[in-house]
This record gives sequence, structure tokens and C-alpha cells, in this order.
Amino acid sequence: MPIDAPDGPLGHDPAKSARFESLVLPYLDAAYNLAHWLARDDADAQDVVQEAMLRALRYFDSFHGGDARVWLLAIVRNTFYTLRAKAPQDALHAALDDDAHPLIDEGPSPETLTLLAVDVGALQTALEHLPPPLREVIVLRELEECSYKEIAAITEQKIGTVMSRLARARERLKTELTCRPKEVRRHDVR
Amino acid sequence: MMCDDARLLLHAYLDDELDAANSAAVAQHMQDCTACTARYGTYATLHKALAQPALYRRAPEALRQRWTQARPAVAVKASPRRRRAPLALAMAAGFAGALLLTSPAWFHAWRQPALGDDQVVAEVISGHLRSLQEQHLMDVVSTDQHTVKPWFEGKLDFSPRVKDLASEGFPLVGGRLDAIDGHAVAALIFKRRLHVINLYQWPTEAAANTQVQTQRHGFTVIRWRADGMQYVAISDVNENDLKQFVLAFQNEASTPSTH
Repeated sequence: MPIDAPDGPLGHDPAKSARFESLVLPYLDAAYNLAHWLARDDADAQDVVQEAMLRALRYFDSFHGGDARVWLLAIVRNTFYTLRAKAPQDALHAALDDDAHPLIDEGPSPETLTLLAVDVGALQTALEHLPPPLREVIVLRELEECSYKEIAAITEQKIGTVMSRLARARERLKTELTCRPKEVRRHDVR
Repeated sequence: MMCDDARLLLHAYLDDELDAANSAAVAQHMQDCTACTARYGTYATLHKALAQPALYRRAPEALRQRWTQARPAVAVKASPRRRRAPLALAMAAGFAGALLLTSPAWFHAWRQPALGDDQVVAEVISGHLRSLQEQHLMDVVSTDQHTVKPWFEGKLDFSPRVKDLASEGFPLVGGRLDAIDGHAVAALIFKRRLHVINLYQWPTEAAANTQVQTQRHGFTVIRWRADGMQYVAISDVNENDLKQFVLAFQNEASTPSTH
């Protein structure tokens, strides 16, 4: 049963497509996971990944070894922001973030968090509420288990920035989880 | 160290990203500062909560299908071997016949690894892929080896080895029935952080051998035989992790079986 027989995305050069398949395709889940948390929408995430994979295939000749996961995730991220730039309401919000929120964490006791954090729905809502620059570092670190160095490469930032954003993201998550637990949860609606 | 510095650094400490000096400084500070210790505890909880597999979004099947040529590729790889078979068979027939007459054991040993190895690897990969789809991973969900092992009873004509390797960083999460190479086989599912490791096993009459490692489509497959059983481990974790897993399973398995 041929899939996408004549004009499939991998259809033309068998050697290249085999290499692409063995190096890049294993990270399809990683690509989708990042796209999903950036886009916060299944259909948009699929569009982002589809476009990112096409770009990856187009640029594949310029990939000379190294970490294919980091390479692909950087493409996914860039693709997301390029597509998003056509609808720019989020960008301003995102740019302001670093200065606007100094490190503060005075919150309820750890016990409260222990109870709330176990709830996947609350975690999901809290993650979705983070501004994109914080959301991407936390997704890359906690869900994708990237090192700071890998996150720095994917997001094109300095390691120090990665560290402070991650600290900020976690404090914000903690605040979200402890201060507004009773909010409408999106996943219940889906 | 002041709390202000520690507040930032304890995140890197949690992520194991600090050099030795800073790491020691943070640890020292936390010994003296209950507030920072409590903060650290909270973030450790959060860190753990975020590692729940439910938060990780895997690519939908339609998207994967569009980009996967796994099945056709396997077929293409297998077919030239088969096309060449009649010729090779003709040439080998006399030789094999002679071998058969002189030493049946030789013939068996020669035949066993050569036939269907590719096929087994291909089946193991598609079994692993199938298992990663929603609802396909486990028939019995348990981290307790004493629940998983009895579950197989009456479903298979052998008793699989079941070991929890949580202490080695590979927690057992469940079991499943599968079919490989025409056998009903036991599949044990282990986790390595977010990754899934499938370990297949079924009885074989072939002699024990050293392990064989194969890389395909980004998966690592390690096969070995021991105590009359064929084992195949597959995962997308890096090959060192999978080697470590195999080693851990072999160590664990050999201890209780020595009579």
C-alpha cells in the first residue's frame, strides 16, 4: 500500500529520504509537542509541524551532523513565530516580558502546590497562560528534557537568559497553580 | 551566598546544570536557609509534576502517516534479498545438503540467525510503533512485577521473566501480548524518563548467543538469547541507555534463576 505515491514529501531521492527518515523523523513527536505548546491548538500545531518538516527537508542538505533534535526544534520554533507574525497580537506581549516581571515569589505553602500540581488539567492551564518566551523554555526543559545548552541553541539565546527565563517561568507557574486554581479549564471543553 | 542569588541558582541546581563550586554553594546555602529549602522543594515538586506523560503531546497519526514510509521502506529492503534467494538457494542447496548430512547441528546454527533476522527486526519495530499509539501500549498496567507476571499465565505457553528495574532507572509500567515471527510473545513495557522501552521475549531452541545490535529508523534494537529464551529490546532512547537497560535486565534475570 503506497503512501503518497508519486508526490509524497519524501518521494524523490531515495538515499536522501532514507537519511531524513532515520535522522529527523524520530523527532516528529518532539516537534509536535513543542508546536502544540507554542500554538496551544491541535490544528495550528499540525500546520506548524507540517511546514517545519517541509522546511527541514528543504534545508536537509545543509544539515551536517550534530544534534538532529536541536536542529529540528529550532526550525519548528522559527516556523511557529514566522506563521504567528502574520497575526501579531502576541508579539508585544512577549517582548515586554523580561523586564516587566522581576523575580517575586511569595505564595501559599508548598503543601498547596503539591496537591494542585498533580492535577494535569491545572498544569495544562497554567502552562497555556505563560507568555511564549517562558512557555517555550519550560516545555523544552521539563517536557522535552533539553539541557540549558540545547535550549540556548534552539531559542538562539545565551545560557544565562535561558536560566533566568526558566526561573521566571517556574515562579509564574507556581503562582498560576496556587493563586487561581478554580479557573475554567480549557481541556474540559475539548 | 545571599537568598537573591540562590533563588536564581537553585533552578540550575535542580536541573543539574551548575558547576561543582556553585553547586556546593547552593547546597551550603540551603542548609542554612529554610526558606530557600522550602522553595527548592516546591520547584522539585513542580518539576516532577511536569514530567507526567499526559502533558507530552505526541504527533497525531495522520501527520505521522504523511511523513512515514516505514512500511514500504522495510518491504523494499526485504525484497532484493528475496529476489536473489532462488539463485543463492540453488548454489547453497548442495552445500547445505552436505552440511546437513555431516552435521545437523551446524546447519541449525547457520540457518537460525540468517533466516528472518531482518523480518524479526521489522516486526519488532512495527510492534513498538503500534504500542506507542494511544491505548495500545499495555494490556496490564502495573508497576508491580508480581501483578504483571501472573497476568501472562494461561495466555502464553511459557512463563516470561518479569523484573522491575526501577532502581536502575527503568521502571516497569506494564505488560502486553504481541506476536513476532509467528510466535505469541510477552512484551514488557519499561520507561526511561519519557521514553518507552519494549522488551519482547519468547522461547527458542537455539543456543545462547552474544547480543546483536541493530539501528533502524532511529530505533535501537538489541537481541540476545539466554536460558532458552529469545529477548528483543527496542526503544528510541540512545543506544547507551538501551545497552544499560539490557545489562540491568540480564543481571537481574540471572540472579534468581541459578538453581
